[in-house]
Amino acid sequence: MATKYKTEKKQPHHPQIPKTPTGIVGLDEVTGGGIPQGRPTLICGEAGCGKTLLSLEFIVRGANEFNEPGVFMAFEEKTDELAMNVASLGFDLNKLQADKKIKLDHVHIDRSEIEETGEYDLDGLFIRLGYAIDSIGAKRVVLDTIENLFSGLANQGILRAELRRLFSWLKEKGVTAIITGERGEGHSLTRQGLEEYVSDCVILLDHRVINQISTRRLRIVKYRGSVHGTNEYPFLIDEDGISVLPVTSLLLEKEVSSDRVSSGIGPLDKMLDGKGFFKGSSILVSGTAGTGKTSIAACFVNETCKQNKRCLYFAFEESPKQIVRNMLSIDMDLQKHIDNGLLEFHAARPTLHGLEQHLVVIYKLIKRIKPEVVVLDPITNLVTVGSVSEVKAMLIRLIDFLQEEQITVMFTALTLNTVISEQTDEGVSSLVDAWILVRDIEFNGERNRGLYIMKSRGMKHSNQVREFIITDSGIDMVDVYLGPDGVLTGSAREAQKLQEETGMVLRSNALSMKDREIERKRKVLEAKIGSLQSEFESVEEELNKIYIEEELVKKVADKNREEITKRRHGDAPAENKNKKGKNK
Amino acid sequence: MKPAEKYELRLYVAGKTAKSVTALTNLKKYCEDYLHGQYTIEVIDLLLEPQLAEGDQIFAIPTLVRKVPEPIRKIIGDLSNEEKVLVGLNIRPVNMKLS
Repeated sequence: MATKYKTEKKQPHHPQIPKTPTGIVGLDEVTGGGIPQGRPTLICGEAGCGKTLLSLEFIVRGANEFNEPGVFMAFEEKTDELAMNVASLGFDLNKLQADKKIKLDHVHIDRSEIEETGEYDLDGLFIRLGYAIDSIGAKRVVLDTIENLFSGLANQGILRAELRRLFSWLKEKGVTAIITGERGEGHSLTRQGLEEYVSDCVILLDHRVINQISTRRLRIVKYRGSVHGTNEYPFLIDEDGISVLPVTSLLLEKEVSSDRVSSGIGPLDKMLDGKGFFKGSSILVSGTAGTGKTSIAACFVNETCKQNKRCLYFAFEESPKQIVRNMLSIDMDLQKHIDNGLLEFHAARPTLHGLEQHLVVIYKLIKRIKPEVVVLDPITNLVTVGSVSEVKAMLIRLIDFLQEEQITVMFTALTLNTVISEQTDEGVSSLVDAWILVRDIEFNGERNRGLYIMKSRGMKHSNQVREFIITDSGIDMVDVYLGPDGVLTGSAREAQKLQEETGMVLRSNALSMKDREIERKRKVLEAKIGSLQSEFESVEEELNKIYIEEELVKKVADKNREEITKRRHGDAPAENKNKKGKNK
Repeated sequence: MKPAEKYELRLYVAGKTAKSVTALTNLKKYCEDYLHGQYTIEVIDLLLEPQLAEGDQIFAIPTLVRKVPEPIRKIIGDLSNEEKVLVGLNIRPVNMKLS
C-alpha cells in the first residue's frame, strides 16, 4: 500500500568552488555548502545583530565538528568577556583554548594610549595573527571587528593599504577567514567600506523590530563563483546558537504517499472518499468561533494516538490541561495518550516570540519527537505576531518541512463571519491539501454546525454540507435536512421531520378518501355506461325490427308476386294460399 | 620633569626594515638629548619572538612602548616627529608644546 513516488533529482556536475562548512544550522544550506574556502568572507550588520556570535560559532563548530582549529582575533571584546558571553550557548572557549583547538586573541586599541609619528605598518598584527595561526595550525580565522582599527589609528591611508595587504596575506595563508564589519550609513555595507577588500562573499545580517517583535534576518549579498540563496532568511539565536531557516524549498520535489490516515470521525472519512486524509498532507480546518475546530483536531489526534502513532499538538490559545478537560466532556481521554508518551502538547502564546522563533521551536520539537501528526491550533493567532504575508511565508516553510518529513499536519483557523474571509484565511487555503470548513447555520433561534469539504486534493470528496453534532460520546455527523424552505438543522430539522411525518399520515388519509371517491365515480360512470348501453341496444333493436319487417314485407311481397304469377299460369299450390293468409 | 625618574623603553620592530632603523636611530637621539643616563632601550624583533606581540598589544610596527614610568604609553611610527614623541613619552610637559 505504501507506494512512494520519488522524483529523481538531477544534479549538475559542475566543478564547485571549494567551501568550508560553517556548521551553523541552515547557513550551509543557504550558501550551498559553506563559505569560500581559503578566502575571506565579510559579515556585516548593525550593532547587536549577531555578527560576533555567528563568527564565533564558525570557529567553535569548526574546532568541534570539523576538526579545524581556528583563531579568533577580537578587536572589541576581551577574551574572558567573550568566553563568558558564549558560555550560555554551551561553548567552553577556555577549554577549547587549553586543548589548542582555538586561539583567542584580544587586540586592544586605545587611542588615548597611542601616539602616531611618521611611517608605520601593521606588521605587528600580521605577526601576531601568523603566530596564532601557526601555533595551533588554524584553518579558520575571524577578525572581529577589524574596523576598530580605524577608530584607533588616525592615518587612514596606511590603514587601507595595510588592510588590502592583510586580506591578500590571509588568502596566501590559505585560511578561511571571516571579517566582521559594522553596517555603514546609507547604502554602504560597512562603515569603512571593507566590502571593497573582501569581495568573495558578503553576508549581511539585519535586526528589525516590527510590532514590538524582533526578527533577525540574514542575506547573502554576494558570493562570487557560487550559486546561493538570495532571499532574506530569518535566523535565531537560542540556547543552541544560531539557526538560519532557509526552508523555503523552492523545488517542489517532495515524496508523496498514497497512504491514508483516518480523521477519527467516521462520517468525515466517508466524505473523504471513504478513507480519510492522505498521509503527509496538510489539512486546514477553518470556521467561526465555537464551531468545534479544536474538537475536530482533538478527534484526529485521539485517533492517531489510538493507532500508536506519535502526535504533537501546538496550542496557541488554550493550555494543554484545558484542552484535556474539555475533550473529556466529549468522551475523549487525551490524558491517557499524554501518559503513554504518544501525545505531546506545546502551548505558548503567539506573542511569546516572533514567528521565526515559533517556527524554530516547532522544528526542534518535531525533530526531537518525530511525530506522525502535528496540530497547530489555531494559526489565526499567529497574525498577532506578524502580518498575514509573513504568517503565510512561515506556514509555507512549515508545510514544506512537514511534507518532507511525511508528517500530516492539521491547522485550525478562525474565520470571521464574512464570506470573503472564508476564502483567504491567512492565505494558506491555497497551500493546504484538504480544507474542511465548519460553519454556523443560524436559523430559527438556534445555532447549529455545518461541515463541508471545500477541497481535498487527489480524492473524490463529498460535496454535501453535513450537520455536525458534538455529543457526549464524541463527534458525529448527520445529513443536513433539506426542507421545502432550504437546509434545516438542529431542532428545526427535527420539527420538520415530525411535520413531515404528520403530513404523511394526513396525506395517506386523504389519499384513501380520494381513492374511494374515484371508485365511486367509476361506479357511477359504469352504471351510466350500462344504462346507455341498454338504451343503445333497445334503439338498435327498434331499428333492427323495422329493418326485418321491411325485409319480411319484401319477401312476402316477392312470394305473393310469385304466387300470383304461378296462379296466372294456373297451377297455384294450396299451401301458397295458406302462406299468403298468414302474412296478412 | 622629575629628573630622578628612570625610563624603560621597548621598541618593537620586525626585521631590519627602513622604518625600524629610522625609529631606533630617532629614539636613541631623543633619549641622549633629553634623558641622558636615565633610560634603557630594549629592542624586540617580532620576527624572532612573535609570541611577545600579544603581551604589549602590538599591532603596528614599529611601536615604542614606555613601560616605566606608568602608565604605559605607546608611540607607533618611525618616531620622525620629535615633538610628538616627547609628548607621547611625557618627557616634556604638554604646555611647552603649546607655547
